[in-house]
Amino acid sequence: MIWLNVIIQGVLLGGFYALFACGLSLMFGVLKVINLAHGDMAVVAAYVAVFLTPHLHIPEVWSFLIVVPIFGLIGYVLQRTLIQKSIDRDPFTTLLVTFGLSVVIENLLLEVYTANGQTVNIGALITKSWHPASIIYISYVSLAVLAAAVIVLALLQLFLSYTGTGRLVRAVADDREAAQLSGANYRHIFGIAAAIAFATVAMAGIAFGMMTQFAPTSGGVNLLFAFEAVVIGGIGSLWGTLVGGIALGVAQQFGAHLNPQYQVLAGNLLFLVVLAIRPQGLFGKRTALL
Amino acid sequence: MSTTNNAALDQNGLIAVRRSTHSPIFTLVGALILVVILTAAPWIVPAEIATTLMNFFILVIMATMWNLLAGYAGMISIGQQAFVGLGAYATLYFALKGVNPFVTIPLSALVCAVIAVPVTYLVFRLRGGYFSIATWVIADTAMLIIGTIAVLGGGTGRLMPGLQNLSPSETAHYSYLATWIVALVVVVGTYYLLRSRLGLVLASIRDNEVAARSAGANVRSARRIVFVVAAAGCGAAGAVLAISQPFIQPTNEFNMQWAAEMLFVSMIGGLGTIEGPIIGSIIFFVLQQTLQQQGVWYLIIFGTFAVAIALWQPRGLWGAFRDRFHTELLPVGHWVRETKAE
Repeated sequence: MIWLNVIIQGVLLGGFYALFACGLSLMFGVLKVINLAHGDMAVVAAYVAVFLTPHLHIPEVWSFLIVVPIFGLIGYVLQRTLIQKSIDRDPFTTLLVTFGLSVVIENLLLEVYTANGQTVNIGALITKSWHPASIIYISYVSLAVLAAAVIVLALLQLFLSYTGTGRLVRAVADDREAAQLSGANYRHIFGIAAAIAFATVAMAGIAFGMMTQFAPTSGGVNLLFAFEAVVIGGIGSLWGTLVGGIALGVAQQFGAHLNPQYQVLAGNLLFLVVLAIRPQGLFGKRTALL
Repeated sequence: MSTTNNAALDQNGLIAVRRSTHSPIFTLVGALILVVILTAAPWIVPAEIATTLMNFFILVIMATMWNLLAGYAGMISIGQQAFVGLGAYATLYFALKGVNPFVTIPLSALVCAVIAVPVTYLVFRLRGGYFSIATWVIADTAMLIIGTIAVLGGGTGRLMPGLQNLSPSETAHYSYLATWIVALVVVVGTYYLLRSRLGLVLASIRDNEVAARSAGANVRSARRIVFVVAAAGCGAAGAVLAISQPFIQPTNEFNMQWAAEMLFVSMIGGLGTIEGPIIGSIIFFVLQQTLQQQGVWYLIIFGTFAVAIALWQPRGLWGAFRDRFHTELLPVGHWVRETKAE
């Protein structure tokens, strides 16, 4: 029963990692950009939810209704300006620029909001849980986050498969030049992909703030987990990201069960083992690496 | 620096190939004066300035190594703090075994080089950004593993033994000299490494990887050598860091901030030049000393500056200067010039 609980908690945690990682996966799949400021954007979203939405007299639980669209807009604008400018140079520059942004954002948050931990206040909901068996408690918040991850991934899949814009996104991802020759404005499509990525990362950031305390430095750690989820699941595979996130979550819970010190270490070791044995990830194609 | 005037003529005497843009004597004399001044510094300048200089040297070592990775071999690592930390902890380990901390510096660098070899087989499976993340995972893993070893102080840290029987001024002078010598060895070593056959291979990879491969350059092994050298260099930086700040803690030695600083400094100074990281480090320290009352603002300003440089002046300050004035202090490439045609 203890092990069953470990697996259940791992799956719940994995849902959060998948939600965090899907924007990253999309950005890489379409723009071929690794956004090293991804984790910090999530933290910014959580700070906005805590400090700015109360001014609008919206309960913090519903803050995502405002913050998510705003982040979509920010994503589009940031893509059309800074990120597009660095893509025009080379992939090397996008890494340097997003890493620079990450450090700047983290230190700005530290300067403005100090290193104190914050939480997105959701009242009594945080303590409520479903209790199906003796020692198994399933927190409603974690369950909601897992459900959100599955819904977001499903919507993303439907969007990419069945809408005209979604088809354009896939076309640009497959072959930018060919799509451009057929009349697609790839910069606009990149903007849309970035908007979706930023919207999902805002959701992930607020979800993180609901589940646990966050601080300016939380972004880096979560980015690391999100990347691990993407690589374990397979680069460029949306559902692979969910499986990767769950595998990472379960590994971390197993580690934590042995010794709380081993939680992150166990996840890192799983990542390194996958890298050693199957570098393309569980669902990835070998070509994605090249 | 040394006898660099190896001007060579091709058979027809139409083009001249040379290293230096000016007589290397100037560089050599300038370098010698600088070496003398910086060696004597701890006996001349106040202790605070010597300490600042020491931190400056540590940053120069790290940035030079990062520049070798990114600027010459095209590998963006954001996990070099792994080797800084491992170097510091190797020093602590040897010191606990009774070895003189100053003697352990080359040993710690060697330990890092040895650890780096298997690491390359893992991280080289990923490219571009995923390579960067993998190096970060390595650094995080190294920190977590070291944090579980009780004899090395676990997560809370431990004071390094072996320095307490020296007087404070002796400690200050010796650690200054150690840091300065390591910095000198790293910069001069990088200079000669880049002038060697390996430097030529790296330049060919940077300019066109496919062409370099087809001309017989072994890209993977060149990158592996660079990664191992950079690990050794960062390990030496970690060792001198441990000597200058002898309370060893995982979160301090494996701090992500090392990666941020080495990256920003190289970018601002100029990637792919020897002088760039040194100039970037000077700017960094001037900014840090000026803004030290204002918390982390120096990092915010410096980071913004680095992003702007990456977007609008990707060759960095020294690169821009060199392009404009066609001059180099430490030339590692060749200049081809047409001589009078027949």
